[in-house]
Amino acid sequence: MSVIAPDFKFSKFIQSLISDVVWFVLIFSLIGFPIIMMVLFFIPMPVIDGELLTPFLAFTYLADPSRTLPVVQAFMETDMFRIMAFPGFGFAALLAAGTIFVERKMLAKLQLRVGPFYCGKFEGILQLMGDGLKLISKEIIIPAKADKPIFWAAPVLFVASAAAFVALIPVAPGWVVADVDMGLLAVFAVIGFFPIVTILSAWSANSKFPFIGGIRALFQMVSFEIPLILSLLGVVMVTGTLNLSEIAASQSSFPWILFLPVGAIVFFITMLAELERIPFDLPEAESEIVAGWLTELSGMMYGLVQLGTYLKLYAFAALFVVLFLGGWNGPQIVPQFPMEIVTNGLELGPVTAKIGGLEPILTQVITPEMINGVLMFVLKTVGVIFFILLPRGVFPRIRVDMLLNLGWHKLIGLAFVNIFIALALVYAGVLGPGGLQ
Amino acid sequence: MTNEFLPPGLALQKADERIMTLNVGPQHPGSGHMRIIVQIDGDYIVACDPDPGYVHRGEEKMAEYRNYITNIPHLERPVIHDSCNVLYPYVLGVEDLLGIEVPERAKYVRVICSELNRCIYTMYWLAIYGIFLGHSTMFMWPAGDRELLIDLMEKISGARVTHAHFVPGGVRNDLPPNFEEVCLRQVNYFEKRIREYAAVFYDNPILISRTQDTGVLSREDAIRLGVTGSVLRASGVDYDLRKKEPYDVYEELDVHSNVMKEGDSYARSKIPWLDMLESCNIIKQALEKMPKSGSVRVKLKPNPKGKGLNSVYKRVESGRGSLGCHIVSDGKVEPYRLKLSVGSFRNLIALPYLLKGEKLGNMPSVYWSLNYWPVEADR
Repeated sequence: MSVIAPDFKFSKFIQSLISDVVWFVLIFSLIGFPIIMMVLFFIPMPVIDGELLTPFLAFTYLADPSRTLPVVQAFMETDMFRIMAFPGFGFAALLAAGTIFVERKMLAKLQLRVGPFYCGKFEGILQLMGDGLKLISKEIIIPAKADKPIFWAAPVLFVASAAAFVALIPVAPGWVVADVDMGLLAVFAVIGFFPIVTILSAWSANSKFPFIGGIRALFQMVSFEIPLILSLLGVVMVTGTLNLSEIAASQSSFPWILFLPVGAIVFFITMLAELERIPFDLPEAESEIVAGWLTELSGMMYGLVQLGTYLKLYAFAALFVVLFLGGWNGPQIVPQFPMEIVTNGLELGPVTAKIGGLEPILTQVITPEMINGVLMFVLKTVGVIFFILLPRGVFPRIRVDMLLNLGWHKLIGLAFVNIFIALALVYAGVLGPGGLQ
Repeated sequence: MTNEFLPPGLALQKADERIMTLNVGPQHPGSGHMRIIVQIDGDYIVACDPDPGYVHRGEEKMAEYRNYITNIPHLERPVIHDSCNVLYPYVLGVEDLLGIEVPERAKYVRVICSELNRCIYTMYWLAIYGIFLGHSTMFMWPAGDRELLIDLMEKISGARVTHAHFVPGGVRNDLPPNFEEVCLRQVNYFEKRIREYAAVFYDNPILISRTQDTGVLSREDAIRLGVTGSVLRASGVDYDLRKKEPYDVYEELDVHSNVMKEGDSYARSKIPWLDMLESCNIIKQALEKMPKSGSVRVKLKPNPKGKGLNSVYKRVESGRGSLGCHIVSDGKVEPYRLKLSVGSFRNLIALPYLLKGEKLGNMPSVYWSLNYWPVEADR
């Protein structure tokens, strides 16, 4: 009997099929069904033909698209959808997962190797899923002398801060989770929270290498926050607003990077430092302090920190796009929908195919402008992420004293140069009221 | 129990709450198979105590229980990437004891193998130096390009590493047919590739600003501490055994030894790279001057010197500096005593002097620039 191909028994095969089906039904009825019902109770149900749809009859109108689509539309207009799915966590997590894949393959090509290849049929595209499953299934080991509540909470807090950052990013006109007037200040507040989480995690582990890594992270983040904030003041001066949606909308003709290139460069460098990317990966410097402040994290705690790191990477790249590259603005390349087919239906010989309820969803929620805006935003963000990933293949790590020297001497000076450029542009009348934009 | 009887790391010290003791290694990505006990005050290293011996295997004692031929495979274990060079002084010594004259072609084959092995070792060393500085491309490129020369060594000896190709009296086998052309082609390509490393690594401004003026070893200190090889030459001492005490056919070849005056980590990391370019040059010369045919191995004869203690000390320039082998024979088939004097251990002596007062971030670059191989130092 071969070990590789054990004996095949038809009864066992049927048994395994039945057990799969039973598990599926069990999980759906215990978890999936309650979630759907909770969502249906949560959203304001639409009124069709003077009749309010009730969640109790949910399965009766699943078969009728003219009743299902208004429910979907009502769901897409809720805050829950925005937080969980589209401009919020789900969208960001999807882009972050794509970033990890692109990073691995791109770095592999740069270094003359293959990268992930076997997991998934195409170029190891399921590698991340495999890694995630591995991390989930691993044992979580807590150091005996650790401050356990804080040590447990830190990875969760890290992801929460990153998700809070993601919530402030406007993706398309009107598509933002939290459209606050003090948006940029809120961003600074969230960025200021990361060093606290890092030092909490590092110190509570009660171990030497995480402690050194945490101190380094604190040095790095605090000394680079000042040039980061200063470099963005130029944009605030020329737009006169702190609202990120308004800043993005103000760049309909020119992106600010054309007028404020110095600020963009300073922001990009500080962004690399805040993200702990090479050449600024001192808090995780492998050959010096093992894995820095991540050394004692194991299993899914490490996975959560990685998730938070890549969410943060997406959020910073998106912030760069919103502030300097024009956000969702760009040429309209998505064509208008054929609305007469949607309203009148498509004539297929004797039959007219018409989906009721499609028209409001296409005119109110998923408009061509929204799709185009998202497309432009994603393209620009992916470009910025590419340039964030690229230094990893080219540069070695720099040292703490060089880092502090760069942050305190050079970048702050350049940020002030940028502020003077912005002031000159506003006072000369090039920008601002009566100017170009 | 007073301090001097305790092993390092266990010794009681006066408590100073500013100073933190870090055990770097053996289970640490930046240590190798050894432990460095580092005491840091903030970001500065106050004291450093390298603690080798984690992979001690008793090669020297083992050699006393095996005869001269069965000693060959295990004596190259200390540095499997540089196995021909590790075996070289032993083979030269045994030949000297037996009074054998080696055929001319075998000498050239030995020089080619030795230079190929030096490049293979240095590429491995360079890969680790790259990853120690956080430069992952410089880890992958040398590790990949090393395969070119490993393929050549596999064609010669049949093994990728641990070739066991040098034997007393010549080399084990003749070169395979058509070897000269293949070797010239691959070595030329290899030379072109390693010249490209300068653009991404040695001319990289971040690398230069990180390693320049760190861990400076002056010329006087280098001579006083007894460091060898690339570390010595990076401090401005022109001492290359291939030129100073030429063995086999090195005196017929034009060998240039690379010397830099700075003595810092950057110079120490650049000398092995320059040595690789020089090795390519030597291989090409040797391929040209080598006799095209002839015997590569002479038959061993019984010891003509008979009973009585005879000793011989031979040394060669390995990838990590001078590598000596002292063999004492009492006329039997086993050596009476065998002592390997390795460059790694001599270079490690300089580490506490170089790291004192440095920043913690410089520790990996200074440590690995010493061209130190933990397994060889422990033997």
